[in-house]
Amino acid sequence: MTSTDKVAVSPTRPDPDAAAGALFGSGTQPTRRRLVLRRFLRSRKAVFGLAAIVLLFLLAYLGPLVTPWGYAEIDNTAYLRPPSAQHWFGTTQLGQDVFAQTMRGLQKSLVIGLLVGVISTGLASIVGSAAGYFGGWTDRALMWLVDLLLVLPGFLIISIVSPTFRGRTWLIFVLILAGFAWMITARIVRGLTLSLREREFVLAARFMGVPPWKIIFRHILPNMASLLIIDATITVGAAILGETGLSYFGFGVQPPDVSLGTLIAEGQDSAFTFPWLFLFAAGFLIIAVLSANLVGDGLRDALDSSSRPRRGTRDPEEP
Amino acid sequence: MATFLLRRLANYVVLCLVATLLAFSLAALTFDPLAKLQGRNPPPPAAVVEAKRQELRLDEPIPQRFFGWLGGVVQGDFGTTTTGVKITDELVTRVGVTLRLLLIGTTVGVVVGVLVGVLSATRQYRLADYAATVFSFAVLSIPVFVMASLLKFGGLQLNQAAGTSVLYFQGEVTPSFQGSRGAELLNRLQHLVLPTLAIVLPQIAFYSRYQRSAMLDVLGSDYLRTARAKGLTRRRALFKHGLRTALIPMATLFAFGFGLLLTGSVFIEKIFGWYGMGSWFVDGVTEQDTNIVATVTLFAAVLILISGWLSDLLYAALDPRIRVR
Repeated sequence: MTSTDKVAVSPTRPDPDAAAGALFGSGTQPTRRRLVLRRFLRSRKAVFGLAAIVLLFLLAYLGPLVTPWGYAEIDNTAYLRPPSAQHWFGTTQLGQDVFAQTMRGLQKSLVIGLLVGVISTGLASIVGSAAGYFGGWTDRALMWLVDLLLVLPGFLIISIVSPTFRGRTWLIFVLILAGFAWMITARIVRGLTLSLREREFVLAARFMGVPPWKIIFRHILPNMASLLIIDATITVGAAILGETGLSYFGFGVQPPDVSLGTLIAEGQDSAFTFPWLFLFAAGFLIIAVLSANLVGDGLRDALDSSSRPRRGTRDPEEP
Repeated sequence: MATFLLRRLANYVVLCLVATLLAFSLAALTFDPLAKLQGRNPPPPAAVVEAKRQELRLDEPIPQRFFGWLGGVVQGDFGTTTTGVKITDELVTRVGVTLRLLLIGTTVGVVVGVLVGVLSATRQYRLADYAATVFSFAVLSIPVFVMASLLKFGGLQLNQAAGTSVLYFQGEVTPSFQGSRGAELLNRLQHLVLPTLAIVLPQIAFYSRYQRSAMLDVLGSDYLRTARAKGLTRRRALFKHGLRTALIPMATLFAFGFGLLLTGSVFIEKIFGWYGMGSWFVDGVTEQDTNIVATVTLFAAVLILISGWLSDLLYAALDPRIRVR
């Protein structure tokens, strides 16, 4: 991602830290970034969400260092005990420490959510801009793929291929989750590309002989950086929900590893009698998704002046 | 207009077939239905495993198996499960169970969601608006399976407060229920309340968020001021001129909302013990059963097709520009 200007005045200037700059207000273009930062900070929910996510990350990675128990470790002196000084969140039927397990699950769910958000937005921007920029058969084939993946219920397909995750790295799971999350964004990116393609600075670059992929990465995608940042954030929340949902049925993160979804599935049956098995995992999951959604909403208010209902907008080419 | 809808329909039918082919092939590639038999202790003789392999047609190439299955589907035969039960026999009741959940979910979700959205847009930044916003933010951040547990807990409290079972958590009717038609209907209703709430609440939250922002766009428009200026009452201007335009983006959202609903129903059927298509799918994956999985995917694809087509139809009905083109 480079500059976030609506109109790139000097389109060939590389500006690699702009995506971060749009968020944190550092950089060479004070006006727009300051404006965005100020708007973002003024939105209490966005600041709250961002703070909560940072805290959750710190907790998930520092928590296991503080507690003496590992997530797979078994304390044979304490089965199914309520929260105490020794086991902060209590123990399971097998004597595992619920705090250590919850922190491990939180790590997995947060990392998977973030990775899926980044990968799927990257994929969407490449496919969408290629379809919009090249047009013709490229466009038709890619949009047909998008339509197909939208008809295929992603949840069902991931469940079907889930036996292949067993005994493999969870990164495959991340890739497949991302593979079913990018389609709607790709359509929006395509629509925006169609209008950007005709703009003067793109035409100028094309007539100067800049190759198509360079035009896409230097001139077209940077001009929708704000949309892509918002989308990645929103996808993070959706991805955490998708991951925990699949793991809940045993179709996602595989044992011995844990995710918030597998923890909730295990604790749910005894949720009323031994609430600590269920409440902590469920609570952290809700806080994580809520904060991601709040940041996404705040970013949309700050970056997108028109603040239209994005998921519902269709590109003008297609009824 | 008719050509537009027909073209979309043809496109959707092709997509549907490709989706089912893909699901069938993936299932056939990854599933190992013989594992359970081979894992038995003491191990069964090789001839038994071989006979099962023959019976499930595991030796044939996947395209041949798929078209064999599809040929049966066209004649109304969806094949058998790995345990030898005919899928067609179970299909009708299961489809009925799921459709009941989905239809109520969509209808109530869309209607209430749109109303809540309009209400909070017309009362922007007032108490009702804040309440609706907080509600939808909270609900959209709670996964369905946690929501179902919370609802069960609420139902439990209600039952304890009432002293009798007002609401039930398991199944769609009390097993071997005896009683008059009216009593049975009441019993079914008592089972229906919690699952329906679990499926409707996220839908309301989903639609009301978008309806609110679509309505806010319209409220600031010039033509609405014109409508008021020419003497229409606020209510008439809002509903006749405002809502109609603000509903257009909802038509396209409808297809996505339905996908959300379909995934939600898998969790709800499983958690509340309903024997519908969603819980069948989960069982199918656990039992490594290609035919069940393919049947449910076909069902889901057909439903998404219908909702996509309905969404095109609604779009054309609401937006005259589409019809003229």
